[in-house]
Amino acid sequence: MELQTTWFFLWGLLWAVFFLTDGFDFGIGTIYPFAGKTDVDKRTMLNAMGPLWDGNEVWLITAGGVTFAAFPQVYATMFSSLYTPLMLILFALIFRGVALHFRGKIDTPAWKKTWDTLVFVGSFVPALLFGVAFANIFQGIPFDGEGLYHGNTLKLLNPYGLLGGILFVLLFILHGANWMVIKSRGALQERMVTISARTWLVLVPVAVLFLIASAFFTNLYDNYFKYPVLFLIIIGAVAALFATRFFSSKQAWFKAWFTSALTIFCCTFFGIAGLFPALFPSSMNPDWHLTAFNASSSPLTLKIMLGVVLVFIPIVIAYQIWAYTLFKDPITDEDLGLDEAY
Amino acid sequence: MDPVFLSRLQFAAATMFHFLFVPLTLGLSMIIAYMETKYARTGEEVYLRMTKFWGKLFLINFAVGVVTGITLEFQFGTNWSRYSAYVGDVFGSLLAIEATVAFFLESTFIGIWIFGWKKLSAKAHAGVMWLVAIAGNFSAIWILLANGFMQNPVGYAIQNGRAELTNFFDVIFNKHGILEIVHVVPASLLLGAFFIMGVSAWHLLRKQHIDLFQKSFRIALVVGLVTSLWTAFSGDMHGINVSEKQPAKLAAMEAHWETQKRAPIVMFAIPDQEQEKNLIEIGSIPGLLSFLGFHDFNAEVTGLRDIPKDERPPVLPTFVGFRTMVGLGTLFIILMIYGWFRRNKLMESPRFLKIMLWSIPLPYIAMEMGWVVTEVGRQPWIVYGLMKTANAASPITTSQVFISLVGFILVYGLLGAVGFYLIAKSVKEGPEAATK
Repeated sequence: MELQTTWFFLWGLLWAVFFLTDGFDFGIGTIYPFAGKTDVDKRTMLNAMGPLWDGNEVWLITAGGVTFAAFPQVYATMFSSLYTPLMLILFALIFRGVALHFRGKIDTPAWKKTWDTLVFVGSFVPALLFGVAFANIFQGIPFDGEGLYHGNTLKLLNPYGLLGGILFVLLFILHGANWMVIKSRGALQERMVTISARTWLVLVPVAVLFLIASAFFTNLYDNYFKYPVLFLIIIGAVAALFATRFFSSKQAWFKAWFTSALTIFCCTFFGIAGLFPALFPSSMNPDWHLTAFNASSSPLTLKIMLGVVLVFIPIVIAYQIWAYTLFKDPITDEDLGLDEAY
Repeated sequence: MDPVFLSRLQFAAATMFHFLFVPLTLGLSMIIAYMETKYARTGEEVYLRMTKFWGKLFLINFAVGVVTGITLEFQFGTNWSRYSAYVGDVFGSLLAIEATVAFFLESTFIGIWIFGWKKLSAKAHAGVMWLVAIAGNFSAIWILLANGFMQNPVGYAIQNGRAELTNFFDVIFNKHGILEIVHVVPASLLLGAFFIMGVSAWHLLRKQHIDLFQKSFRIALVVGLVTSLWTAFSGDMHGINVSEKQPAKLAAMEAHWETQKRAPIVMFAIPDQEQEKNLIEIGSIPGLLSFLGFHDFNAEVTGLRDIPKDERPPVLPTFVGFRTMVGLGTLFIILMIYGWFRRNKLMESPRFLKIMLWSIPLPYIAMEMGWVVTEVGRQPWIVYGLMKTANAASPITTSQVFISLVGFILVYGLLGAVGFYLIAKSVKEGPEAATK
C-alpha cells in the first residue's frame, strides 16, 4: 500500500518536473516567431535553451519509463488510448529537436524559415496537447475493464480539455518569457518583460476558470474535501502565480522564474492530488479506474525501482543544477559567435 | 492489413532507422573523447581541430539518433500495449533505469559539451565528453539487457496473469543480454572507426589536411583492428548461446531443415518456407554447422521441420541477414589487417584509401543485418517461448496505425535525407585550417 502510494506521488513528481523544466523551452518556442524580430533575437532565444533543453526532455522519457516500470497497465492503456495525440506530440518533439540542431547549419533565409516554423510547431503542439491530454485524464477517459478505448480522438478537444491546453500554453509562455528575461539584454529583454506581464494578465483568469471548471467537469475536488490540507496546493499555486508577478515588477528575475516554475509544479500537483489513487480514470465506470493499487508492478519491482530513483534522481538534479548555473548568464555576442552555437 | 502487421512494420522501420544513427553515436563518442583527451594532455592544436571536426559530424548524427529514440520508448505503449501490460513488471524497469541512470547523463552533458568550450578548462571539457561517451554506451547496455529479456526471458514467474519479476540479478546478468552487449557495443566502435577511416580517406585522397586525417585514420585503424577481431569472436560466443537457447533461430540462420548430426553449412541457398526445403543449395561443408553451433563436429542440430510450423521464424531474411553480416565481418578483419601493414604508408596507398572510403556503408549494413537476424529470427515470439508477437499488439484500429506509419515514413525519410546531407556537407567543408 505505502509503496504504491509512494510511487503514485513519484510518478506525479516526474511529470511535474518535466513540465517545469522543459516547459520553459516549450514556452520560448511558442513565442519564438512573434518575439524574435531579428535573426540575433531568434538565435538568442534558441541559445538560451540550447544547453539545457536536451536534459530537460529526458524528464519526459523518465516519466514515461517510470510509468512503464511502476504501472505497466497504466502505461499500456494510457498510451494506446491516447494514441493519436501522443503520436502528434512525439512527431512535434522530433521537429523541435532537429530544428534546434539544424537551423544554424546553413545560412539561407529559406532554410532558416523552415526550421523556425518547426521550432514553433515542435514547442506549441506538445504544450497544448499535454494540457489537453491531462485535462482529459482529470475528466476520465472512455475505456473499459479490458483497457479497450471507446472514445474518439476529436472528443478530446472538449471545452474542459481545451481549457487545460490553453492553461498549459500560457503557463509555459510565462515561464519561458521569465527565462528569456534572465538570458537576454536590451530590446529583447524588454519585450520579454512585456510578454511575461501580459501573459500573466491572461493567465490569472484562465487559471481561475480552470479551477472552477474542475469542480463541474471532474471529481478532483473529492480528495480535497476528504483531506482539506490539500487545499494548500491550490493556495501554493495561487501564491506562486502572484509572487512571480511581484518578483518581475521588482526586477528579481531569478525569483520570478523560480516562482513561475513553482506555479507549474503546483498546478500539476493540483491534478495529481485530485486524481489519487487513480492514475488513469475511466469515464465509463469507476470500477475500471486504473489506480496505484490495481495497476502497479509487483512489490519487488517497485522496491528495486524505488532504490534506483532515490539514488539517481538526486544525482541527476545535482548535475542539472550545475548545468543551469553554468549557463545562467545572458547570451552575449561571444556566445553567438561560437562555432557550436545554434 | 491488420493493426498487428502495421505495428510490426512501424516498429521495424522506426528501430532500423534509429539504429542507423545510434552505433555511430556510440562509437564516435568514445573515439572523440580519446582525441580530446590527447588535446587536453598535449595541447597540440591538431587534436583540437580533430575533436571539433569529428564532433560536428557527431552532433548532427546525435540529433537524429536522439529524436528517433524517443518514439521507440513510447511505441511499446502505443502499439504493443498487451506486451507492455504482460511483461512491463520486468521489461519496463530496464527502460526506466536506462533513462534515469544513463540517458539523463548523456543528454545533460552533451549540452554542456556543445556550449561549454569557453566555460570549462580543456581537461574538464574532455572529461565531459567521456561522460557523454560512457553514458551513451551505458544506455545501449540497458537497452540490450531489455532485448536480452525478450530473447531469453529469465528472472520472472507468471503470477497474477502476467510475468512478474522474481530475481533482478538474473535479469541484469542474463547471459543472452551480456553476449549481445559484448558484441554490439564493440561493433558500434567498429562502425565509428570505419566512418572515421572512410571520411579521412576522402580527404587524404584529395591531399587535404594530411596531418589531421592521417592521425585520425591511425587512431581509428587501431580501434577497427581490435574491434573487428573482437566482434567476430564475441559473435561466435553469441552463436553458441543462440544454438542452445533458440534452436529455431539457428536453423533459420542456416536454412537448416533436417535434424541431423554432422550438420553441414551451405554457403548459398534459396530457402522455401512453404515447401520446407532449399530450392538451390551450393557449397555444403559437412559438420561445420555442428561445429559452429556447438563446437563439436558431431553435434546434432535441430532442423526446421522438427519445429512446429507456427513456431518457425521467416527463414529467408534470417538466412540472408546472417550471411551478409558474417561475410562483411570477415571482410572487415581482412581490411583491418591489411590496413595495419599500410598504416605508415597511407598516402602511397590510394587504392586502399578508396576501398576504405567506399566501405563506409558496410558496417551499417552489417549491423542492420545483425539486428534482422536477432529480431526476425526470434519470431513468431515477441518474448521467446513466452508471448507471441501476434498477441502483443494494442487494441487500436488499422487506420490509426496506418496514418502514423505513413507519418513515420515521411518524417523519417526527410529526417534521414537532411541528416545525411548535413553530414556530407560538413565532411566536405573539412576541419578548420591550421592557424600556423
